[in-house]
Amino acid sequence: MYRYDDYDTALVVERVAQFRDQVARWQAGELTEDEFRPLRLQNGLYVQRQAPMLRIAVPYGMLSSAQLRSLAYVARRWDKGYGHFTTRHNLQFNWLKIEDCPDILAHLAQVNMHAIQTSGNCIRNITTDPFAGIAPDEVINPLPLAEILRQWSTFHPEFAFLPRKFKIAISGAREDRILGWFNDIGLRLAPGEEGEPCFSVIAGGGLGRTPVRGKLLKASLPWRHILTYLEAILRVFNLHGRRDNLYKARLKILVEALGLPEFTRQVEAEWQCLKDGPATITQEEYDRVAAHFHPPAYRKLPQENKENCRPQDQDREEFARWRARAVHAHKQPGYAAVTLSLKSPGQAPGDITAEQMEAVADLADRFGFGEARSSQEQNLILPDVERRSLFALWEAARAAGLATPNVGLLTDVVCCPGGELCDLANARSVPVANAIQARFADLDRLFDLGDLRLNISGCINACSHHHVGHIGILGVEKNNAEYYQITLGGRSGNAARTGEVIGPSFAAADIPDVLEQIIGVFVARRAPGETFLATFDRIGLAPFKERVYADHAHGTGRRRNQLETETPR
Amino acid sequence: MSTLIKNGVIVADPWTRLANPDAALPEGDLFVPLTVWHTRKAALLSHPARIGLWLETETLPEDLAGIAADLSRFAAIAIYIPRFVDGRGYSLARLLRERYRYTGELRAVGDVLHDQLFALWRVGFDAWALKEGKDAQKALQAFATFRNPYQADTTRPPLFRRRGSP
Repeated sequence: MYRYDDYDTALVVERVAQFRDQVARWQAGELTEDEFRPLRLQNGLYVQRQAPMLRIAVPYGMLSSAQLRSLAYVARRWDKGYGHFTTRHNLQFNWLKIEDCPDILAHLAQVNMHAIQTSGNCIRNITTDPFAGIAPDEVINPLPLAEILRQWSTFHPEFAFLPRKFKIAISGAREDRILGWFNDIGLRLAPGEEGEPCFSVIAGGGLGRTPVRGKLLKASLPWRHILTYLEAILRVFNLHGRRDNLYKARLKILVEALGLPEFTRQVEAEWQCLKDGPATITQEEYDRVAAHFHPPAYRKLPQENKENCRPQDQDREEFARWRARAVHAHKQPGYAAVTLSLKSPGQAPGDITAEQMEAVADLADRFGFGEARSSQEQNLILPDVERRSLFALWEAARAAGLATPNVGLLTDVVCCPGGELCDLANARSVPVANAIQARFADLDRLFDLGDLRLNISGCINACSHHHVGHIGILGVEKNNAEYYQITLGGRSGNAARTGEVIGPSFAAADIPDVLEQIIGVFVARRAPGETFLATFDRIGLAPFKERVYADHAHGTGRRRNQLETETPR
Repeated sequence: MSTLIKNGVIVADPWTRLANPDAALPEGDLFVPLTVWHTRKAALLSHPARIGLWLETETLPEDLAGIAADLSRFAAIAIYIPRFVDGRGYSLARLLRERYRYTGELRAVGDVLHDQLFALWRVGFDAWALKEGKDAQKALQAFATFRNPYQADTTRPPLFRRRGSP
């Protein structure tokens, strides 16, 4: 993990002082609300329905145990004792006072944490593969370049006021676990012809109101040119992106408007002027940063290193279930990565209590090298667990409520905070997630359904990536009531694409039944061993649509339900 | 004359701006828009005081390329920032300084506020006509916001090329 030196530390400390001064000038009336808003947003501070929300960055998803303990302290002292992990390596506190935020950030600065550029129209937190550095399918460890990108994007003076937010994701694995096709920029590392790390640069992707799959802008860019090349893209975006309409301001709209050939031409022209300039990364800098990401002191272990689960353990079956979902392959023989589920039924997906943060810190120290990762699926991952310790880890994780055996299953719902907290939301999302979790609580059934990704967003901004859920649910507002639109067949990964809308939306109370019907079609039509996605790809949307709207055609059931469950707001 | 922050201190501003493109040229240092420079170049060259170029935020890189040969004739270039969240001027400034090697005064005008001074400075601005009603004395503190930012700016290479050297 990257350890800050005096330069890195000074920047975070100076940022706290700057923000403290901005808050003071706002309180003194020297900054108007309109002047203060973009400033606080660039430091992750939103004003929400209930209270201000502070979004803390977890750069490329890496957390130390000390950072987790510090977050727990903040949760207890200044919030209501918990936080919420988002889909983009951030942790949100939802119940703060604005005037406390400078002190909170000063506290977090002691462990090199901050809220820099977690919102606003600037370059956001860089995201990466939660299995970076340890995944067996990884060809190049992206973490050194992720850190170099973090530094380059932090307070970049030219790009502080872009037309709109700008999201960059980076990976060095064969399988795309970063939504590379659906970021403003997706960066995929692979060896070039001479073996040196080269980037495939995907540009102009995004979800939200207008989901667009990105386009391959450059096929093989040597690593040392990545900063100048990104500056060329950002400069074209900064100068030509639309500023007249918030909804048309993302890079994807500019790429669509110019067309890929013209956009490429402009970027290349700009790049020719920046190429080989001072921002060209030096080998010395790469080596300096890479030294922080060398593999930890792994023990030499046999690959077939059995966990210490004894046949007489009564919990054997429960453990086996958890192990089947939560344990992931690792580059290093005898080691595994383990997902700690933040999706226990009835809790808000991604929420984590202060006690759980400390429990994860303890687990990271006891079973690994004091490090955890946050995932796009809003879970936490312990990256370096010895396989023989899995049973002991499971027992400890279970005691902390972190071992729900549902990773990658229907109840591992990806879900935004929704209408109960978020100012942008059109509908609540957490109660819908909880209702589905309750309906599909039976583990035998859940395991029988297999790999299934459900994403629920409370509005069109798509923070929960509903477009790429195998089943996606989107909250919408109609006549002051909450309704939910369903999409099927979306997916992330190398073949990422958005799902297809099944038809008119449903009332909240109907959603578990509708899910039941969709799952019913899958179970009835699947071939042996087939996943939900495979069945969907084979039979298409129509059978699902027919089943779900069958009642509608006869004018029964759902229409009446809708009236009963309307939620005036 | 309004106040101006220049090179880190508050100074009087001797410049005026030609508001009507067809009006007779007033006395003194004068900012003119790009179109006026093109249409009244001869008259402007014989103007007894200094001439500055006034650029709108919508100025395109091609516009800068078109005037590159004339840049040395301007004692100052003003970039108008209509709203402080409009960041186009930052790219225009870097282009002027880095690509076209413009060395005269580069001034931010319009919705220019305390909290943007530091980044504006780093991309090449050296003069700021702070928005009316804002405390210029206090705004001077902004230049000390960060001692060692990561990226290159117009005076220093990026931090990674300086790390370890005092």
